[in-house]
Amino acid sequence: MSQYLLRRLLIALPSLLGISVVLFTILALAPGDPFEELATNPAIPPEVREALRVKFGLDDPVWTRYFRWLTAMLQGDWGFSFASRVDVDELILGRVPTTLIVIGSSQLLALLVALPVGVIAATRPYSIFDQIANTLAFIGFSLPTFFTGLLLILVFSIYLDWLPFVYRADVPGSGWPWLWEHIKQAIMPVLVLGLFQGASMTRYVRSATLDVIRLDYVTTARSKGLRERVVIVKHVVRNSLIPVVTLVALQMPAVFGGAIVTEQIFRVPGIGSLLISAILANDTPVIMGVTFVFAILVILFNLIADVLYGWLDPRISYR
Amino acid sequence: MSATGTGERLLDIRGLKTHFKTDDGWVHAVDGVDIALDAGETLGVVGESGCGKTITAMSTLKLIPMPPGRIVAGQILWRGRDIVPLTSDEMRSIRAKEIAIVFQEPMTSLNPVYTVGDQIGEVIRQHEGLNKKQTLDRTIEMLRLVHIPNPERRVNDYPHQFSGGMRQRVMIAMALSCNPKLLIADEPTTALDVTIQAQILELLAEMKSKLGMAVMLITHAMGVVAETCQRVVVMYAGKVVEEAPVRELFRNPRHPYTQGLIRSIPRIDLAAVKKTRLEAIGGVVPRLIDPAPGCRFAARCRFAKGICSEATPELREVAPGHKVACVLA
Ligand SMILES: Nc1ncnc2c1ncn2[C@@H]1O[C@H](COP(=O)(O)OP(=O)(O)OP(=O)(O)O)[C@@H](O)[C@H]1O
Ligand code: SF4
Ligand SMILES: [Mg+2]
Repeated sequence: MSQYLLRRLLIALPSLLGISVVLFTILALAPGDPFEELATNPAIPPEVREALRVKFGLDDPVWTRYFRWLTAMLQGDWGFSFASRVDVDELILGRVPTTLIVIGSSQLLALLVALPVGVIAATRPYSIFDQIANTLAFIGFSLPTFFTGLLLILVFSIYLDWLPFVYRADVPGSGWPWLWEHIKQAIMPVLVLGLFQGASMTRYVRSATLDVIRLDYVTTARSKGLRERVVIVKHVVRNSLIPVVTLVALQMPAVFGGAIVTEQIFRVPGIGSLLISAILANDTPVIMGVTFVFAILVILFNLIADVLYGWLDPRISYR
Repeated sequence: MSATGTGERLLDIRGLKTHFKTDDGWVHAVDGVDIALDAGETLGVVGESGCGKTITAMSTLKLIPMPPGRIVAGQILWRGRDIVPLTSDEMRSIRAKEIAIVFQEPMTSLNPVYTVGDQIGEVIRQHEGLNKKQTLDRTIEMLRLVHIPNPERRVNDYPHQFSGGMRQRVMIAMALSCNPKLLIADEPTTALDVTIQAQILELLAEMKSKLGMAVMLITHAMGVVAETCQRVVVMYAGKVVEEAPVRELFRNPRHPYTQGLIRSIPRIDLAAVKKTRLEAIGGVVPRLIDPAPGCRFAARCRFAKGICSEATPELREVAPGHKVACVLA
């Protein structure tokens, strides 16, 4: 198992490196840079502009800039945000926890919905429960998050005025009221993301469970006189989770993409909304930093998936 | 009544009908089967592919998926008590503890994500109320009984670390771990290599002599039946067409289908180890969806007459312990 993990880790590093090369090149080739504004500003003489460009090495070849960025990044220097006038790492680190909390809880919610609903639906295929679950799941992943998000805001924030529609990272106070404020503002984004994820996950769980439930070893388990609950939970679910883990891991980039939209709708001050504002401001170091953090997170979740995979299926870690 | 067992009537299947609902109609997979079995007896059930052997066995443990399956008629008396009306939950105390089953496919019958020790121990804990240590000891003892080398180490291995023959040994160990009164072996060797087949049959015979349970051996191979069974039931298209003590059946087969089966053996001396598929008889098995009345073998029978397709011939006793369903007999 530890050998298997080590192998996975060793694969993760070159992938990260590759991603950073691609990201850097694309950003370098993209039109517009942070000095564009200076270029059109008549108050700044061309010599000053030129001196600044040289100072920041903006006109060096791409690969020189890439290696400069890489060595600096490895030393913990992620660059400077021209727009916000803070270090990029500080800016990102301040916002990562919010994103992780929102995404983490929504994935948890998705799992809590999808697992029982998918499994119960699969044990009673074409029953009323199954059909209702299927319909809801279909609706759930057909509705885009920006639509459900706005709908929730309309109902719960504007119409009923129960929940705040702006997410604040710096809620005042402490103790229970503070926690309650946090929960209240997280409810809607988590619900929107979680149910969207949960809908497609339910379908995965259902079909994976249906595939497993008719296998020979499930009949063997029944022939042993085990309780039906034990047959399902021990012998069916563990096996049907194997493909689900893979699918969920493959979906992670889409999850982060969805999180960017959701953060935008609910004004959640996470790295998703940071990315959007950085793009609007042409703030290249921040764009680079945030996308790279997204890449790290996706690879991290894939590693977690690999660990789960190895734990669920002993054949994997023995290979 | 057969005099071959050691007494008590264990299993008495009467007029069992198990049907399956499909898009094309109801499949009469098992359509009026009578099988009786005494304690300690070895009964062979033969018949070609699709004749309903597995469905009969699965019905006996109520393992038929419902829906689409349904037991539409008949009784299954287990030690005098009809188990057809029992719920799946009520069946749990009979499964593995009183009637155990070994399936055809050792490669897929074990759960790949648990060790064999876990899967055997699970049955023992379920029925015997032993603690962890005792369960482990019993598991190792069972593995040793079925001749798996190094059982102390092998308990912690996963199914994929065993060969097909070894997995079937594990399945047999699992089935016998609670000392069942009846072991149903559903073509336990069909999926295995020729040399391994003989070893597994030998193991079954050894287990039977050591533990004394009754065995219902489902097979395609007439040779296996001749060697291991005391009594034989021949099935055709969901029905029992002949039943007799093994010698009587081979000497004096009365049903044209049985005669065909037996005629297809002699050329193969290795019948015991080879897959003697019974397709040697010309023609195909009739549709099992809403079958027409009359003898189901009529389309392939050399002796078929007009009356054969009028009414289904009843299973009648023609000699002591010898029953045949044919108008000629
Ligand atoms: N779930 C099902 N739905 C519809 N028909 C079924 C179903 N299960 C079994 N059958 C039918 O029941 C009949 C009997 O099947 P069964 O598995 O008992 O045959 P068998 O005698 O064990 O054959 P084999 O020697 O190939 O194992 C077959 O014709 C099969 O098509
Ligand atoms: S009843 Fe008729 S068709 Fe059927 S086996 Fe006997 S002779 Fe042949
Ligand atoms: Mg079968």
